[in-house]
Amino acid sequence: MFGYEFMREAFIASTFIAITAGLVGVFVVSRNMSFLSHTLSEIGFAGASFGILIGISPLAGMILFTLVSSIAVGSLSSESSRREASISAISSLFIGLGILFLSLSSESSSYATNILFGSIVGISAKEVHQLLILAIFVILIFIIFYKPLSFDSFDHIGAQAAGLKTKLLSITFLITLALSVSIGAQIVGSLLVFVLLTLPAATAKYIVHSVPKMIIVSVGLSLIGVWLGLYLAFITNWPVTFFISTFEVIAYFLGLSYKNWRLSH
Amino acid sequence: MIKVENLSKRFGNQLVFENLNFQINDGDFISLVGPNGSGKTTLVKIIIGLEKPSSGTIQTSSQTIGYVPQFRNVDSDYPLSIEQFIRLNLKVTLNPEKRRQNNLLIKTILKRTGLTEIKDRPLGLASGGEKQKAYLAQALLNDPKILILDESTASLDVEVKTQLMDLVQELNHKYHITVIFITHDYDLTKKYTKKALLFKNKTIEPIDVQKVSKDMFEMEG
Repeated sequence: MFGYEFMREAFIASTFIAITAGLVGVFVVSRNMSFLSHTLSEIGFAGASFGILIGISPLAGMILFTLVSSIAVGSLSSESSRREASISAISSLFIGLGILFLSLSSESSSYATNILFGSIVGISAKEVHQLLILAIFVILIFIIFYKPLSFDSFDHIGAQAAGLKTKLLSITFLITLALSVSIGAQIVGSLLVFVLLTLPAATAKYIVHSVPKMIIVSVGLSLIGVWLGLYLAFITNWPVTFFISTFEVIAYFLGLSYKNWRLSH
Repeated sequence: MIKVENLSKRFGNQLVFENLNFQINDGDFISLVGPNGSGKTTLVKIIIGLEKPSSGTIQTSSQTIGYVPQFRNVDSDYPLSIEQFIRLNLKVTLNPEKRRQNNLLIKTILKRTGLTEIKDRPLGLASGGEKQKAYLAQALLNDPKILILDESTASLDVEVKTQLMDLVQELNHKYHITVIFITHDYDLTKKYTKKALLFKNKTIEPIDVQKVSKDMFEMEG
């Protein structure tokens, strides 16, 4: 399958997508932000269609929308009870906007399908380069802030008590989350990018009990998911997202069963 | 040593407390008592630098204060093991010698808090007493000279409370760590602490622990 250039590019892009999503996902799950990452995917859809409408790239539109809204959500609602409701409201608004922007622009509906559901053929060499730069940027941020971010994500109250600058960490995290959503949506689509941002990490949580091990398992499961998805999509011509989400869901339930099995033994 | 002079705190128009004057000496084991909402946690936040006083001064002889907060977000699904949870408070280092020192420190703290045997158990599955010990152990990592416990015994049964307080007492005796124990527990106050700081009518009164009575822990009417 690597005889085709588009497959080579899709392979490189999805490898980096899986690494960033698997890594960021560990912190999404530990900060209880699965719902926000879902909403950011929808906001990303609106951003991409906005990008098409005004003639900038869909990726740039996505980054713009997800960055602005993740910081807005983060600063508007630090209390989790209020966060749920305000995220729902924002999410409804953005899906509506996304549909509006698409209908106003002259692009065909197949383009919308690509943004929403992902595609392995839609990605060009130039876009792969952009993805790589963004992914490396996200990974670097995580290397630099690894220790304080782990403390704040796995023990927010303890981190505050120890005097960490938790507000700054929260904003740093939201920026990387927004970028990861924009990166991931390029292959798996904006509707399902949250699959990669939540399920592998949630599975890892049931199997291992340290932050580095969670990252290894989560990135590993994301990588297997996208590689398997790409291969199966190539030979069956079915959507790649279907295979990725099916694999991650099965892994999640196996992880959950493993945890329950260990508890009873 | 902690020396507080004319300390007042307001949130907007609401006065939390005013004109607090007291001193806590090195090696003291004191209790901070008073009804809910009297300003105990606010005072602690000022001591550790999370809040600023509206007026007055506070001097502490040591920069390293270990604070064990009242609540933690740890549910039964919480993934990290007890040791990994404690390690969250370690400073990052790539220096092999420092890493070795860190590992030694973790070992010592686990032993000191009696957590060595269960260090690999997920914290989410630990009992209430084990969790409190883990929170305490995490705060001990920075080698604090002052330790503040915010109602750490609140949800524990009597036997476990005593175990935890015995441990804190040992830290106080052996390592001369100053302990400030915020509590609603009359018996523990009497048994473990010598002096008490009593919140009353929006100010603080230092009293001998023998003079502490049960009604001092109840709601202001």
